[in-house]
Amino acid sequence: MINYVYQLVSPQFFSVKLDDVDIDGKVVVRPRYMSICHADQRYYQGNRDIKILSQKLPMALIHECSGEVLEDRSGRFKPGQPVVMIPNMPKRHSNYIYENYDEQSIFLSSTADGFMREFVDMPVDRVIPCDGIPMDIACICEFYSVAVHAVNRLINFAHQQRETIAIWGDGSLAYVIASALKVKNPESKIIVIGRNSRKLSRFSFVNKTYLSYSLPSDLQFDHAFECAGGEGSYDAINNIINYIKPQGTVVLMGVSENQVAINTRLLLEKGLTVVGSSRSGKKDFEEAVDLMRTQRIRRRLGSIIFEDKPVSSIDDIHRVFTTDLNTPFKTVFNWRL
Amino acid sequence: MIYGAILAGGSGTRMHVSTLPKQFMALKDKPIIIHTLEKMLMCNRFDAVYLGIHPGWMSYMYDLLDKYNLDSERIKLAPGGENRNDTIFNVIEEIKKDFGQQDDDIIVTHDAVRPFVTLRIIEENIDAAITYGACDTVIPATDTIVISHDGVDISEIPNRQYMYQGQTPQSFNIKMLKDLYSKLKPSDKSILTDACKICVMENVPVKLITGEVLNMKITTVNDYEIAQVIAGGIAID
Repeated sequence: MINYVYQLVSPQFFSVKLDDVDIDGKVVVRPRYMSICHADQRYYQGNRDIKILSQKLPMALIHECSGEVLEDRSGRFKPGQPVVMIPNMPKRHSNYIYENYDEQSIFLSSTADGFMREFVDMPVDRVIPCDGIPMDIACICEFYSVAVHAVNRLINFAHQQRETIAIWGDGSLAYVIASALKVKNPESKIIVIGRNSRKLSRFSFVNKTYLSYSLPSDLQFDHAFECAGGEGSYDAINNIINYIKPQGTVVLMGVSENQVAINTRLLLEKGLTVVGSSRSGKKDFEEAVDLMRTQRIRRRLGSIIFEDKPVSSIDDIHRVFTTDLNTPFKTVFNWRL
Repeated sequence: MIYGAILAGGSGTRMHVSTLPKQFMALKDKPIIIHTLEKMLMCNRFDAVYLGIHPGWMSYMYDLLDKYNLDSERIKLAPGGENRNDTIFNVIEEIKKDFGQQDDDIIVTHDAVRPFVTLRIIEENIDAAITYGACDTVIPATDTIVISHDGVDISEIPNRQYMYQGQTPQSFNIKMLKDLYSKLKPSDKSILTDACKICVMENVPVKLITGEVLNMKITTVNDYEIAQVIAGGIAID
């Protein structure tokens, strides 16, 4: 079947590729809602190394998406059923390596076309029903599953003293980490450290928030998530190393285009465990969908969503990427192309 | 109920390259009409999709449906007529036989030889036909349109700002379309090649739906070659 694929050809320039898709054995999904990730924005703005851009583009963006099943010849899904799609496509199974860290895995909107298409042909096992979750919230399921995965990483690595857990960052990633931590580890006190008091005020459900430039000298925590990324990575990581208790676990999540110098002397002295966490796999998605069935969690996630006007043309795609630059949290939109 | 109607009543006289009607020629590895049908079927809002087929090619079409495993109960065949409107009204007759007739029935009519239609265009057609009763898919004209009444001299150059190129789908409330058509004189019926014109002649508003430049009509050999390139296939003469 002929499919329209809306590819980014070069920064801020889209082109339509027509693709004749064999849908045998696939679930055909019509994307309905999409959400913009920082990674998409970096491609769109051209804020990636020119060599990487030339290797990856042309490519359709967006890996956060909810949709409606159009056809599934396997019979597992009904036409019209609301679903979320897993952008991670593993090529093999391993008992030791998660699918999102396997170098052979394909990630849609990084190593293959993302969801900006007329329809998406998905392997049956990469589609998860999300009945009961509104499409505009369900589209950030991938983003929430990344938080679920990171919290699971912490739970797996960190020692049992988990009285206080710090989240360094005040953006949307920090918010979903705090949200996932709150439900998965309710006995821990959550503190959030950020630069912007207005953004911090959104974290109404955590125990305490601090501005990073006025931290109390006796601040301490057992474990921490770094959710700053970019230019903020240096300060965030080194501050965590300064304030964390010995033998704490630090989960790094923020992406930085540049290498970051960190205080290894203190890191070694304290015997810290540093864990990288990126993306998510099917189990995390399933857990995220289950959690999102709870109204309170949906409401919490809904408060960081800004819904832009629907996208019915390539001009509209430019508009939502521009909107996203000016909104503090997640930009979502109804996909009608 | 909502019905799709793929209009394929023609017998391919403008293509000149083949005795095969153009809707049956291969685009990549499938006949054009199969691509069009697949896209229409993908829209779950259609209760049925009718193929208005030239009577001489009906059995050929049945064979194609078998060949491409298109066995959905939503696919129905209707005999094509002498012209485009005859085919539409033949389909409407078949709908009446198969499903009866309700006042809010909608028909989305689409050229078989426009395989690059999108789900957006189809969905917007359905919504507009439900809300307004009639709609037409168009794209803004990029070339200046020149009118000549004698084919020798320019009679008029209309302002391009108001010019659009008509595509399909064209969609209608079936009852309204039938009522309007029944009011026409036989002489008017014979000159009407476009179903939207039936509404326009009776001062019924027809809403515009934005089409796609790629939603081209494959009519000539050149169109066919361009379509092959767009679809990423190789043209076969």
